[in-house]
Order: sequence, then structure tokens, then C-alpha cells
Amino acid sequence: MKAKFLVPLLLFFGLAGFLAFGLTLNPREVPSPLIDKPAPDFSLARLDQPEQTFSLKEMQGEVWMLNVWASWCVACREEHPLLVQMAKRKIVPVVGLNYKEVRGDGAINARGMALEVETGMAIERARRWLTDHGDPYVLSVLDIDGRVGIDFGVYGVPETFLIDRQGTIRYKHIGPITPDTLQNVLIPKIEELRRAG
Amino acid sequence: MIPELGHFALILALVLSLVQAVVPLVGARRNSMALMAVGRPAAQGQFFFILFSYVCLTWAFITSDFSVQLAASNSHSATPIMYKITGVWGNHEGSLLLWAMSLSLWTVAVTVFSRHLPDAFLARVLGVLGWVSAGFISFTLVTSNPFERLLPGVAEGRDLNPLLQDPGMIIHPPLLYMGYVGFSVAFAFAIAALMSGRLDAAWARWSRPWTTVAWVFLTAGIAVGSGWAYYELGWGGWWFWDPVENASFMPWLLGTALIHSLAVTEKRGAFRSWTVLLAISAFSMSLLGTFLVRSGVITSVHAFATDPKRGLYILALLVFVIGFSLILYAMRAPKLAGGGSFSLVSRETALLGNNVLLTVASTSVLLGTLYPLFLDALNLGKISVGPPYFEAVFVPLMTPVVVLMMFGPFLRWKDDDLVAAARKVAPAFAASVLIGLGSAWAVDHVTWRTVLGLSLSAWVALASIQLLVGRLKERAGATAGSRLRSITASWWGMWLAHLGVGVFVIGVTLVGSLDQHLDVKMQPGQRTEMAGYTFTFRGAVEADGPNYDAERGTIDVTRDGRAIATLTPEKRLYWAQGMPMTEASIDIGPFRDVYVSLGEQLESGAWIVSLYYKPFISWIWLGCTLMGLGGLCAAADRRYRRLAERDAKVGAGQQVAGAA
Repeated sequence: MKAKFLVPLLLFFGLAGFLAFGLTLNPREVPSPLIDKPAPDFSLARLDQPEQTFSLKEMQGEVWMLNVWASWCVACREEHPLLVQMAKRKIVPVVGLNYKEVRGDGAINARGMALEVETGMAIERARRWLTDHGDPYVLSVLDIDGRVGIDFGVYGVPETFLIDRQGTIRYKHIGPITPDTLQNVLIPKIEELRRAG
Repeated sequence: MIPELGHFALILALVLSLVQAVVPLVGARRNSMALMAVGRPAAQGQFFFILFSYVCLTWAFITSDFSVQLAASNSHSATPIMYKITGVWGNHEGSLLLWAMSLSLWTVAVTVFSRHLPDAFLARVLGVLGWVSAGFISFTLVTSNPFERLLPGVAEGRDLNPLLQDPGMIIHPPLLYMGYVGFSVAFAFAIAALMSGRLDAAWARWSRPWTTVAWVFLTAGIAVGSGWAYYELGWGGWWFWDPVENASFMPWLLGTALIHSLAVTEKRGAFRSWTVLLAISAFSMSLLGTFLVRSGVITSVHAFATDPKRGLYILALLVFVIGFSLILYAMRAPKLAGGGSFSLVSRETALLGNNVLLTVASTSVLLGTLYPLFLDALNLGKISVGPPYFEAVFVPLMTPVVVLMMFGPFLRWKDDDLVAAARKVAPAFAASVLIGLGSAWAVDHVTWRTVLGLSLSAWVALASIQLLVGRLKERAGATAGSRLRSITASWWGMWLAHLGVGVFVIGVTLVGSLDQHLDVKMQPGQRTEMAGYTFTFRGAVEADGPNYDAERGTIDVTRDGRAIATLTPEKRLYWAQGMPMTEASIDIGPFRDVYVSLGEQLESGAWIVSLYYKPFISWIWLGCTLMGLGGLCAAADRRYRRLAERDAKVGAGQQVAGAA
């Protein structure tokens, strides 16, 4: 066997090695510059009581999650039952950030719509969605124009941020949470953060 | 019940594929006719059961049986029947079944059309195909069972992705899969030949028509896919260098190299180990493509819902099939030295040069596709590789390919005189450069890219004419007609396919340099001018379909007061997934397309309208069509059948000698 005829085989094994390693990576996961940084502060109207606002301070001292969702988001529908289940098991308090409920929906033409009209429509749609699918959130807030979403670097919905007692973002999950990520990533991280105090 | 029958049939198909994988190979080794003869019925039975299984799955879609998970996620009761049927392959599980079915169809074709092959050789070919088939059917059954039940069932399905509800979906995947999978036949022939140590002209001749037909399917599949992207995605692009497109393009490039390499091996006995390696690589690229699409290691618009277990299974399959082939290659190839010798200036050299360039091109596409993965694996950060890389790499690689492609046929096999050959083509070559410069100047777009592209196309056209004239002169025959008829189908195939490349290059060059695009806000009744055309927006009305709501705009296109077309682009909202879709409307012409799509609706009946002027874009697909027709001509050459009969007689003689 001459060495040069082994070259294709060796090249292929090298490639296969990379591919095997590639299976352990997630190409959709873009490292967030926000990890280990204080969560951007915001104050937004609550979905249940729109006249009241919610801000980060209210969750201080707790390990909690911020989950970005919208009723038009198909992947959120996929994720939702797991969130409901998490809420039943009281794993961690989750605050919902309802993101661009109306103007994010490709089916609706929100251009030129008055803000009050849009807000009213958003509240109605979001509430109906939570009634239909279950409400796993401690509370949800309305990010009508998506400004807070921009501060958090949201580029795909759903996204989930794990925030510690000091209000620092410790982990970010893009796309629907799967039972696997919940069990092997989120729960260990939550426990670790709780122990850390 | 019917889904369970389908599931059961698939299990039977797996059993038969294992029989097909093992028994004929053992038979070939022991020289037992009885064992070798098992291959044929096993392959045909396998096809029957896969087809049955496939029909069962289709039945679940047609009858909207939403207790079948796959139908519930990919169909809807209001979906038009055509898209219920095609929805079967619009998802990971169903498309795998289609993959397995195409493989099985190819295998059956081999059993039917290769009666002349020596029994031991056919047995080995079927054995190798049996292994590949067993790998894919078991992959389907273990990780991606399409017959999975959803209990309790749901009342309504989630519908097929609206992007896929298009006539393109009806033909693109089957064509592409027939192409992808078709290289498995060339692969099986190569492995069988390596096993038997018989890599000769006969082997190359047997492989050629199969390889060419698979290549035609792949060419057609890619062309249809690109045309589909052009009108369906709504922004007029035709190729995006998306990883999944690349996954089909890499085997195409290697398959092109393989076709040419096989020609040399058949005619001159040269390049034998190189040809075998290409046959292995072309199919390996098909497998790799399957891995990339379905494992989730690469992000792509085409990617299916992914699952690491599936990735691992395909990777194991990849390592098994390719690893085994390359080990066999390393063991047997060293004995393949020799073959016809040739000098530096010869048709062989031209073909080898193009082969190397095509292989390098394929490798650079692979590198660009996997580069983000390499960097990520080495912890060097996350990047994405886009069209600028591929364009920068491709133009310098393909330019010499096109030049050599037309120069090669002027050269004699084995040895030629460079000066004489150069003198023959010099006028055409010089004229092409002038035509390139002149026409670029005429369309007022003198950039090096336009000049290069137009010169190359002119070179292909002029050299094609010169080749044809030269060919006719050297043919015997009194009239031009009888001379024309005396040219072989394979020669016409070569000529047409090469001409197709020239036509393709014209399209790519002109649409790349001269296209125009305008996004405008239009009130009903308002006019806009672009590229000499006047567009009048007549407003939009509701135009609902069977499973979507839509608004259809009407735009009158005129030129110098003459009516050209009335275009009706739509903006659709599919109910089940709540997904908005843009349906472009195109006035297709031989020298330009006028392409209109609707953007967002604004207040008071105004719309954002996207207008595109795409000169010569149809030439891209005309070029692909010529290439495909060329392939068909070449594969249909009578020579293969005539020589096949002779081989059958010789083979029978050898069989007797071998048995003695």
C-alpha cells in the first residue's frame, strides 16, 4: 500500500472528526455580549394591568427568567407547553416579554396605526392567547415597539434570559426551550445561581 | 391501519436490502451462481415494499389522517390535493423515504438494463447498493419513522410550509434526489470494479451512461430549484450559495469531472485510479450533503428540524460507507498504474486540467460551506461565509475551465502539436476577446467582469461553430444532411452541453451587471418608470385561495405606449401557519424578465411595490437545459448498446473460462 493512496482516507477522517465535533455545537447560538452584564433596565406596562408598569427592580433578590414571546410566533407555540409545565412545577419565576405583538405580525398592517389602537389590539390578542394556551408567567409586559427587545439584543423569538439575584444576565437561550435544555442546562444553572446567593 | 402496513412494508424492505447486501457478495466471492442470482429479486422485491410503504404514507396525507404525526405537522385538510401529495417529501422523514425509494428505483434500473454485465460484477454492484440502501432504510426506521402516530389525533393539521406550496415542489425534490442518489450507481460500479480488480475500459463504458443520466437529473434538479427560488422568494435572486444549495452543487461539480474522466478511461485507459476516486467522491458528496441538511451542524434556510441523534447516525453511515471505500481504494489503487500514456499537449491533458479545476472548485465550495464549522470547532469564533467568498473563488477557477473546455476538443488524443493547435483556435479566441469588449461597450457596462463573461461566451459560441464545421468537413458523405446524421450522439451531447455552458455564462454575466431594481410606494393609478418600462399600479383586491387569504395587485406594464403585460403579484397569508408569502408575477421574455412583487400595504390603498428588470435571466436556465439535453444525447448513444451486446458475449465466454 503506497502512502499517497491513503491521503484521501486521512483527509476524510479529518473531515469526519470535524463533523462529529460539529454535532456538539449549535450554529444558531450567537454569543451574546450581554452575558455576565447587568440586564438593561426597562419599565413597561403590564399585560394584566396596563395602567401599572413593571421594572427590573421588582425581581431583585430572585433568580428568574425573562421569556420573549408573541402570539404570532409559531416556535413559541411549540415551547409554550413546557413553560406551562415549568410553572406548575414551580421551577423558576418567568416574566414574559410580549414582543411587538401587533407590528411583528406579518399578517397585520400596523403602519400608520395609532399607538393606542395598537396597544389595545396587542392586549386583546396577547390575553386571548394566554387564555387559550395557558399562562405560565408571573406577569407579562408589553413591548409594543420592540425597543426593550433591541436593548436585549433579541433577533429571534422566542428567546429566554436567565437573570440572577443581582440582576445580571447569566445565560441566554435562543429558540424554543426543549425538555433537554431545561433538564441539562437551565435547571443546573438555576440551582447554581441560587446556591451562589 | 394503513400507516402500520406502510411501516411493516418498510421493515420488510430493510430485511430484503440486507439480503441484497450480503448474499450476492458472498456469491461473488465463492463464485456461486445461485447466491449471486439472489441480488436481482431481492432488489426488485425491496423496491416493491418501499413503493408500497411510500403509497401508504401518501394515503395518510391525501385522506388527512392527522393521527399520523407527519401528516398532522405537514398537511391540512384544505391544502390542494397536489400539495398533499408533494407534502409527503416536504419534511425530513418523508424525504428520507423518497431518498430510499430513488435508490431502490436506480437499483431496479440496474437489474433491468444491465443484463449484459458479467454475473459476478452485477452481484457486487447490487451488493454495494444493498449496503447503502440498508443504511438509509434503517436510518429512516430508527431515527425518523414517518409512520409515527400522534395519539390522540388532532382535528386539523399544521399545513405544509407555504413556501413549499408551489409547482416547483412537485418536480424539484424528485429530480434532485434522482440525481444525488444516481451517483450511487457510478459509486457501486467503481467499488465492484475495485473488489474484482477489473478496472478497465469495459468498466468505464458500463458506468458512463449511468453517470451521465444521474448527472442530467442533478442538473435539472438544481436548475429547477434555482428557478423556483427566483420566482418564489420574491426578490429576484437565482442562486444564494446557501449551504444546502452548495450541498447539491458539490456533487454536480465532481460528477461533471467524473463524466469526463470516465471518457478518458474508456477511450485511452488512462486516469483509472483518478476516475475511481472521483466516483467515490461524487457519491460521498451526496452523502455529505444529506448529512449537512439533516444534522443541524450548518444553518441554512433549507434545514429540516434537526436532532443530534440523526446527525450521529448519518455520520456513522458516512464513515462506514466512505471509510470502507477509501480503504479499499488505498489497497487496490496502487496496482492500477499505467494505462495509455500521453504527452503534455494532448486532449488527455486538457481533460485532466479541467478535472483538477472542477475538483478544486468543489473543494473550495466545501471549504466555504464548512468554514464556519471549522472555526467554531477550533474555538476561533463564529462567522458566516457569504456570496463574496464564493464569487471571488469561482470566477478565477471557472474561467480556465471554460477556455480549456472548448480548446480540448480541438486537440488530438495522446499527442498533438501545440503550435498547430493554437493556430487553429487563435482567430476564434482573438475574435471572442474583441466581441467581449465590443458588446460590453455596446451595453455600456465595461467592467472586467462583464468583458470576461461576454468574451467567454463568445469563445464558446465561436469555438462551437468551428468545431461543428470541422467535424462536418472530416465526415464522409455527399450531402450536408448525411454528414450531419453521421455524427454520433455522444459528440452532439458534448457539443450541446458545452454550448449550454456558454449560454449560461451569458445569462449570469448580463443579469449580474445590467439588472435594475426599484422599491416604490405606489398609490392606485400611479405610474413609475424603470429600464424604459412604465409601470401603472391599478390597485389591489382580495383574491383568496383554498387555504390562504390573499390580496392581488394589478400592474400594467407598457413600453413607449405599447402594452407589454399585465402583472398580478400577490401577497398571501396562509391560515394554518399564519405565514405571509409573496407571490411574484413575471413577464418572461427571451431577452429580459420583468418581475414584480408586492411588499407591504400602506395607508389608504398604497403599496410598496418591488420592480425588477432582469436582462437575459432565462438564458441561465436555457443553458442548463442545453447541458441536460447534451447529457441525454450522450447517454443515448447507440454505441453503449452495441458494445453492451458485445460485452455480453465476451462476458459469457469469460464466465465459462472462469468456471473452468
